[in-house]
Amino acid sequence: MEIKTVQTKNDILKALDDVKDPEIPTISIVDLGIVTGIEVSEDNFVSVRLTPTFSGCPALKIMESMVKERIEKLDVAGYEVITNFDTQWNTNMITEKGREALKKHGLAPPEHFSELVQIEMLEKVKCPHCGSRNTLLKSPFGPTLCRSLHYCSDCLNAFEQFKPVS
Amino acid sequence: MKYTKTQLEAVKEFLYKIADDQLILGHRDSEWTGLGPVLEEDIAFSSIAQDKIGQSLHIYEILHALGEKDPDTIAFTRNANEFKCCHLVEYPIGEYDFSLIRNFFFCHAEHIRFNMLAESSLDPLAKLAKKYRGEIKYHVMHADTWVKQLGRANEESHKRMQDTIDNSFNLALGIFEESPFTSELNSMNIFEGEKTLQNKWIEAILPVLEKAKLVLPDPADWKPAYGGRTGTHTEYLQPMLEEMGEVFRLDPKAEW
Repeated sequence: MEIKTVQTKNDILKALDDVKDPEIPTISIVDLGIVTGIEVSEDNFVSVRLTPTFSGCPALKIMESMVKERIEKLDVAGYEVITNFDTQWNTNMITEKGREALKKHGLAPPEHFSELVQIEMLEKVKCPHCGSRNTLLKSPFGPTLCRSLHYCSDCLNAFEQFKPVS
Repeated sequence: MKYTKTQLEAVKEFLYKIADDQLILGHRDSEWTGLGPVLEEDIAFSSIAQDKIGQSLHIYEILHALGEKDPDTIAFTRNANEFKCCHLVEYPIGEYDFSLIRNFFFCHAEHIRFNMLAESSLDPLAKLAKKYRGEIKYHVMHADTWVKQLGRANEESHKRMQDTIDNSFNLALGIFEESPFTSELNSMNIFEGEKTLQNKWIEAILPVLEKAKLVLPDPADWKPAYGGRTGTHTEYLQPMLEEMGEVFRLDPKAEW
């Protein structure tokens, strides 16, 4: 960028849309819902706040450095990226666009919950391949912390769900 | 928040005991990686381990902010007598029935503890508690599912579950060893106390055991395994710590 311009929140949000979850490259961190705050000061200093999906998520540090790399490419006076638990992430924070992106990766998106996640929500998950709800929960734990394992009794495919977390 | 010397000591002791339980059980659960009786169980124990160790890290970060050493140094360089974990989490993984019942006992208590702490006046811990309880719900669900299935499956599985409950229940009661700082924690509105937690815990596990046709030992035989919270541990902790910290201690300054 040649001309000195003060970035707007929206510019930063757009830029962060380029940063994808390293474990699910179809979804951006914005659609995943982990960007919990963006501030741009008058002198063009950018502050970004992130919140972890899972406390033990190994992708967290990587995402933090990916955000830094992306902001560095913008015309900013300086920046900070802070990860904290001030806002606690839950799967209702995944956007509609994000849910479509999960499907593109072959993952069933998490069901919306009100109040608390109920165990029954894992039992008849909609198959991302054929759309059937005639499915079985094989295990609440999958290849990454955020996924559970399921089996579709109609199209006979195993599939994974991005599991609901409150 | 400004603490008096005793208050600060109370807060630190409280945080250490919670995080040490998680770190040690997380490490023990990770010992099932590659050894699970079925693939799904291998993955489940490994994922639960990853959650618990990750959760302990963020509590050690609060301790670091209160003036303690950095999380890696806290986790990997202390000796057994400096740990505040309960005996239950220290034991080797044993047979699958022991590891399962241990998680059943521990995760229920942990889930209730963080539910209580979500309202704690210790703000950084309350924020973590709100996050952790959603994750631990899956640990509880995992344990409940298997306890109910194995309790009712056949004579052998039922007997193994019941024997393990009988043999490990006193260890589980050790989770609730009262802190010398109970009244400080209570008056600061940080935590209501281990007695309250234990009562809620019994209320939570009884219905599951009932569905599994399993029973708790007679209260006359309850002899809680105390000592862990004051640094007195079983013979199993020190060797585990030596193994756990071996790589870190080779080069404590290494960048990971």
